[in-house]
Amino acid sequence: MTTLSETAVRTKIGIRGVGRTFTVRGEPFTALADIDLDVREGEFLTLVGPSGCGKSTLLDLIAGLAAPSSGEILIDGAPVTGPGLDRGVVFQQYALFPWRSARANVEFGLEAKGVPRRERAGRARHYLDLVGLAGFEDRYPHELSGGMRQRVAIARSLAFDPDVLLMDEPFAALDAQTRESLQGELLDVWRKTGKTIVFITHSIDEAVYLGQRVAVMTSRPGRIKEVVEVSFDSREGDLRADPAFGAYRHHVWSLLRAEVAAAQEQERAS
Amino acid sequence: MSAVRRAAARSAAVLLLLAAWEGLPRLGVVDPVFVPPLSVNLQAGYDLLLGGQLPEHVRASLVRSLSGFGLAILLAIPLGLLIGWYRPVADTLVPLLEVFRNTSAVALLPVFTLILGIGETTKITFVLYACSWPILLNTISGVRAVEPLLVKSARSMGVGPVRLFQKVILPAAVPAVFTGIRLAGAYAILVLLFAEMVGAKAGLGYLIQDAQFSFRIPDMYAGIITISLLGLLFNLLLVSVERRFSTWRTT
Repeated sequence: MTTLSETAVRTKIGIRGVGRTFTVRGEPFTALADIDLDVREGEFLTLVGPSGCGKSTLLDLIAGLAAPSSGEILIDGAPVTGPGLDRGVVFQQYALFPWRSARANVEFGLEAKGVPRRERAGRARHYLDLVGLAGFEDRYPHELSGGMRQRVAIARSLAFDPDVLLMDEPFAALDAQTRESLQGELLDVWRKTGKTIVFITHSIDEAVYLGQRVAVMTSRPGRIKEVVEVSFDSREGDLRADPAFGAYRHHVWSLLRAEVAAAQEQERAS
Repeated sequence: MSAVRRAAARSAAVLLLLAAWEGLPRLGVVDPVFVPPLSVNLQAGYDLLLGGQLPEHVRASLVRSLSGFGLAILLAIPLGLLIGWYRPVADTLVPLLEVFRNTSAVALLPVFTLILGIGETTKITFVLYACSWPILLNTISGVRAVEPLLVKSARSMGVGPVRLFQKVILPAAVPAVFTGIRLAGAYAILVLLFAEMVGAKAGLGYLIQDAQFSFRIPDMYAGIITISLLGLLFNLLLVSVERRFSTWRTT
């Protein structure tokens, strides 16, 4: 019984009682408190919460870019001690190196990993291909549209083959059409590669559309309010037109509503 | 055709100046003794060229200004990278460096002369000093202005401090460093000329000053024209080097 459930859902990322406190102008500021969350291997988990609830802070902690003030984060059971190539981060503002071509940007992580030069070019081409950028290898970021830049950033994170992809509102800066097509492509990539994805968004639609589970966070200090399992009978066709989609959407919306109001109250007070 | 027209538009003002320089003294609008017609000055320059004086002066000036300029690059870029990288060091040093930058090098020439004498060392050190500040300060600010998100992104890929510096900070700072180098390039000629006018036995500054003292007015203008051409050439060279290193920039 135990062995069966263990093989069925292995925990990839374990977040155990994690809190994060900053000092802002001499005052302690609690961004996150008592976060407990398990992300399953190969799962697509979306994370929504009111602005300022500490979503990005949580992602930084998983990425190892900062250390939790309390609790611990485990990847495959081992505590996170810093950044590593087992996790790839995709930022909202792309974070591409403007002096590197698309290809060279994708190669960046491969250089860090110590992949031999000859192999790098091939891998970069493969992943740029995967995100639909064949033929744009030699373009510099300023010669690409926002959507293409984000594709390069995604290719860069995929290229060094991390188990986990951490995405911080990656499509928030894009126009609606580009966003929708990138969402579809990301799902394709996820199915093809089997990565574990943690995806932050402020869009309920996006969260329900992409996530197998949607974790809803409270207003500051951020906690996990509820994790909503999202499952559709079929993922074929226009998912957004499915009545179940509307029901999930409404459920997440009701969970968020009170938190958003509380967050706005906090903002006014400060 | 449009290329020809553009070239014509771009050179119109310069050609007008040259025409005025030739015409106005000949028409007696300006005193041809103080401002001889362009052709007379060019003839004087040609004679100096054939006589070997002009190449000698140009050589003396170039050796000094390129030595000072080159040393400034070798010294100020690494120093600037270092200072910019260590934020507390930069916070402490930058105000002091601003004081030095804003203290005109020319005002300090007597100090240099006092300490180092009037030889080549003084002139090269003087150029080195003047060129160092723009390179140093621009390099520091270039390093400090690196987009934090790029640093974060590199760190997320497990890049350590040394590689972060080499692969992110350094290339990101290149445009700012070049701005500094270009400014320094202009200073290199400017301050050297001054030094040569004050105390030298060769060099374009000396030529111009000496020609004026001995009333060889066309020679003086020949020297000035040479300086102007050298400055243009130098700047052109630096701009093209800069382009090669920053093809990725939008502008």
